[in-house]
Amino acid sequence: MSKRKVVVTGLGIVSPVGSTVSSAWENIISGKSGITRITRFDASSFASQIAGEVKDFDINQYLSVKEARRMDIFIHYGMAAAIQAVKDAGIDDISHLDAEKIGVNIGSGIGGLPMIENTDTAYHAGGPRKISPFFIPSTIINMIAGNLSIMYGYKGPNIAIVTACTTATHSIGNSARMIEYGDADVMVCGGAESCVTPLAIGGFAAAKALSGNNDNPETASRPWDIDRDGFVLGEGAGVLVLEELEHAKRRGAKIYAELAGFGMSADAFHMTAPCDDGEGAARCMTNALKNAGINTTEVDYINAHGTSTPLGDIAETIAVKRCFGEHSKKLAVSSTKSMTGHLLGAAGGVEAVFSVLAIHQHIAPPTINLVNQDPQCDLDFIPNTARDMNIKVALSNSFGFGGTNGTLVFRSI
Amino acid sequence: MENIEQRIKKIVAEQLGVNEAEVKNESSFVNDLGADSLDTVELVMALEEEFECEIPDEQAEKINTVQEAIDYVTANTSAS
Repeated sequence: MSKRKVVVTGLGIVSPVGSTVSSAWENIISGKSGITRITRFDASSFASQIAGEVKDFDINQYLSVKEARRMDIFIHYGMAAAIQAVKDAGIDDISHLDAEKIGVNIGSGIGGLPMIENTDTAYHAGGPRKISPFFIPSTIINMIAGNLSIMYGYKGPNIAIVTACTTATHSIGNSARMIEYGDADVMVCGGAESCVTPLAIGGFAAAKALSGNNDNPETASRPWDIDRDGFVLGEGAGVLVLEELEHAKRRGAKIYAELAGFGMSADAFHMTAPCDDGEGAARCMTNALKNAGINTTEVDYINAHGTSTPLGDIAETIAVKRCFGEHSKKLAVSSTKSMTGHLLGAAGGVEAVFSVLAIHQHIAPPTINLVNQDPQCDLDFIPNTARDMNIKVALSNSFGFGGTNGTLVFRSI
Repeated sequence: MENIEQRIKKIVAEQLGVNEAEVKNESSFVNDLGADSLDTVELVMALEEEFECEIPDEQAEKINTVQEAIDYVTANTSAS
């Protein structure tokens, strides 16, 4: 029996560059930055004072006041992106579908840190009686999956993956596997994150991971540029509806692209640093292409992990060369994190949305702020201006703390 | 200054996400206003906050309607 094919039939996004698919995409292909100085708290004593915050977002467009109060912000973003994707795919009404074959797999890297911090403060000030009964269900990571299943009656697999910055890529890839294997016909999948808080900014800054270019927020995220000095924290959510091909055709669904392959690997090297020879990342891309049955020469575009850290950007460049050999010179590679910042567990979700749209709209997004390209990063990174190009196969890479890697392979249909 | 009844009705409406007009003295939090067990715990926390008092769990369990909340606060706090 041949492998069941998986296609993308719905997209949803909440991001620093826009909280609808059309507005976010418009800004991405126009090369607009969503990075500003932090407004969520007084960051003046922190080494990093900039972030990609979500702006102009009203959760009450999606949930009642009472529902929203029971959820921390990452759940708001995850629910909003998922509701957009569900409506886009036309699976909000399941009366003609098998509810037991529709699942949800939306994770987060960190979860409800804002509410954890606030509740800890309330506890220290007022004792245990100040801890809300909604504290746990509003902060734990699987509650986007849980709440979405309750909202729409989806009775299939219901899980959440937590693999740092690879979370959403793993969620999407593993959802495709569940459809291939027959656990589900439809999966709503991706990642969400919101932790623009003192502990998250302080923690990443202490690990020397963040950019300190506080006076120039819009140009601070500059992957592959010689002046890059760390990533900029972002927040938001990216969600796809994946569906078995014949199931999608039967109900006449709009099909954006095929999710042709998925690969994973571990660096087995260091807690936070990438392996400098790119071996783990290269093996991840190779695994994904093997799973898709696609040759390296067929790949047109890579939406890179490209976080704008000094080490990570070099390691990914080496990994691409290692995986693609001569073809690495012909590939177009870009980092949309140059505009969104790094959305951690949601990064792979919003970047999957952008990769799918790149195929569907025949445009490769740019890497902005690429002024003086690092000679050690010598690929075609689509500097500063989006490129019209026919993209048949696109990869989306994510690499996370712990040395965990994931690659998705999308193909035009 | 609003009286106890008005203050409680306002809190109930806000906590349970209902219109203040729907909140009657005889309304049961669970049966009439759609509260679940977690909502009622949080509602009691909000009452404690508003009236600067501590409502012991065994007393809290007996507060199931708006009127019962009004009676408890009237009898056990200095608010007026």
